[in-house]
Amino acid sequence: MNAPIHANEMVSRAGTDAGRSNTEVRLSVEQVSYAYSPNPAQAPVFTLEATSFQARPGEIVAVLGPNACGKSTLLKLISGALQPLSGRVLLNGFEVTGLPPKLRAQRIAMVQQESTLLFPCRAWEFVLQGRHPYRSSLRFESAEDITIAKNALFEVNAGHLSDRWMDKISGGEKQRVILARALAQQPLLLLLDEPTLHLDIGAQVDLLETLRRLAAKHRCTIVVVTHEINLAGEYADQIVLMQRGKCLRVGPPAAVYQRELLEQVFQTKLAVEIAVSGRPRVSVLSLT
Amino acid sequence: MRALTVQRLLLRCGILAAILFVVVVIALKLGAVPVSLYGLARDLISVMLGHRSAISSDYGLIVIDIRLPRILLGIVVGASLSIAGTSFQALLRNPLADPYVLGVSGGAAVGAIAATLIAPHLSLAPTFVTLLTPFGAFLGAAGTIAEVYLLGQRHGEIDNGTLLLAGIISGSFFSAIIMFLLTTQSSSLHGMSYWLMGDLSVSPPRSLYAMLIGGFFLAAGAIYTTASDLNLLLSGEKEAMHLGVDVRRVRIVVYICASILTGLAVSVSGSIGYVGLLVPHVMRLIFGSDHRTLLPTAAIGGAIAVVIADTLARVVVAPAELPVGAMTALAGAPLFLYLLRKNLA
Repeated sequence: MNAPIHANEMVSRAGTDAGRSNTEVRLSVEQVSYAYSPNPAQAPVFTLEATSFQARPGEIVAVLGPNACGKSTLLKLISGALQPLSGRVLLNGFEVTGLPPKLRAQRIAMVQQESTLLFPCRAWEFVLQGRHPYRSSLRFESAEDITIAKNALFEVNAGHLSDRWMDKISGGEKQRVILARALAQQPLLLLLDEPTLHLDIGAQVDLLETLRRLAAKHRCTIVVVTHEINLAGEYADQIVLMQRGKCLRVGPPAAVYQRELLEQVFQTKLAVEIAVSGRPRVSVLSLT
Repeated sequence: MRALTVQRLLLRCGILAAILFVVVVIALKLGAVPVSLYGLARDLISVMLGHRSAISSDYGLIVIDIRLPRILLGIVVGASLSIAGTSFQALLRNPLADPYVLGVSGGAAVGAIAATLIAPHLSLAPTFVTLLTPFGAFLGAAGTIAEVYLLGQRHGEIDNGTLLLAGIISGSFFSAIIMFLLTTQSSSLHGMSYWLMGDLSVSPPRSLYAMLIGGFFLAAGAIYTTASDLNLLLSGEKEAMHLGVDVRRVRIVVYICASILTGLAVSVSGSIGYVGLLVPHVMRLIFGSDHRTLLPTAAIGGAIAVVIADTLARVVVAPAELPVGAMTALAGAPLFLYLLRKNLA
């Protein structure tokens, strides 16, 4: 079993790697912190302490941790939706909050937890929205946009859903169409906030298999916030483990999945074993 | 996959424009004084050729001087209210949003009345005095949408039910102010039914027509530049932002331009309700929810709806007349209740 790697060690190691081949680092989260307060006069009710990690093209990073530990806040900071209190997020060397909205949407795609449409549209119309960052306001979609949208639907095995209404398809199918819209953005960085929520286990595995295939094919970096500890262990290249607004560890699953550490973070008795594949498996032990 | 093209958009608008033309011809023909189709065609051609003096009959005068301006006014007012309703629905993510339901028309009416009352006390050139009423209506509309937007929030996010309540209560508050102002300051103002229910029978001053039409095309054009952005806003502001929409800019453009459209419409026709609710929903059922199609088709649809409603208002109890808003409310209020049950239940 590998020794646990502390966040700072990880950064310095990645930094050395980056020094060797600077173009290889796609996403660089550098000492990013955030504080949320409903009223500027009051003390913040939530803080995210300085967090750092790096990711390369084609890598899947899973952000894990209990509820309200700051996973979604971290994702919003990476997406550029929130301005960090300190530190910065670099994508291919450019600070994400400094990018104009359309350019940012060409580089970063986000798949949110919930996506409710006010008025329904067909799946292909929804996927074509992913081409919005590439069009000027009054232009209609080009033949190229339509080809890209079609391919995106096929890539997530949703080609047959093209003409279906978004409010008439199942949760798993909808999740695939939302992913297709993100792909149509042709992003360098794909962010997903709990994409497996409300999906059955088959659909969850299917989604993560698709993500792995997409990461390998398009060389896009994927950051996924999830509660599925075993799926994250199986599919992610890096795990960012968080607790109460603190980033505890960053590293490969086998290094981060330490029994004592996970028990302390999730406040329950767990067993961790390493499978033949070298990937860790976590199981819950009975409390009695 | 049949993506929208310019040809498809023009075809849809063309069909609706043809329907509008037929409706206008019928509206010109119908009324307390019947007019033959032949006489109508002959008089219209004479006017178009510049032979105004060739029209001698009283019938012709009724058609050209009374009915035609009223119908043209109905077209601009219907299109304005319909575009305002469509954009409010997308931006506020509320299928029940409409300038009348949100109290924006009421706010515009108060602004228009206040401007009319203040105008004589200011030493302004006559042209500016005429323009002061629509400007007051715009300020009233913009102020109301800002107020309803702020009051409609719960925990920092827009809440559909709270927003509607804020709008309806504001509307009733403005009705009370209108009644108070009209009762205490009679003189140069239109009647109560004009401001509360809408009325197209009173022709606005000629100098206002240019501003009405120019303002309509400017504001509607500016809203149309945000049509693609409004499509993405149907999924929420956060998702739209991640797809490259400058949400702040869209919000400012749409609120200002929808306030201009509502203000212009109210200053020349009073508060005609439910057009901005009814028409976008019908157009959405026929053409889908893409705002690049929805905005122009809703504009023409709104024109058709108001011209039909006004013709019915002129005809059903002829020679007396109903306020046009009474006709739109007869169709709009049941639809509002149906949508309320469907969306908030």
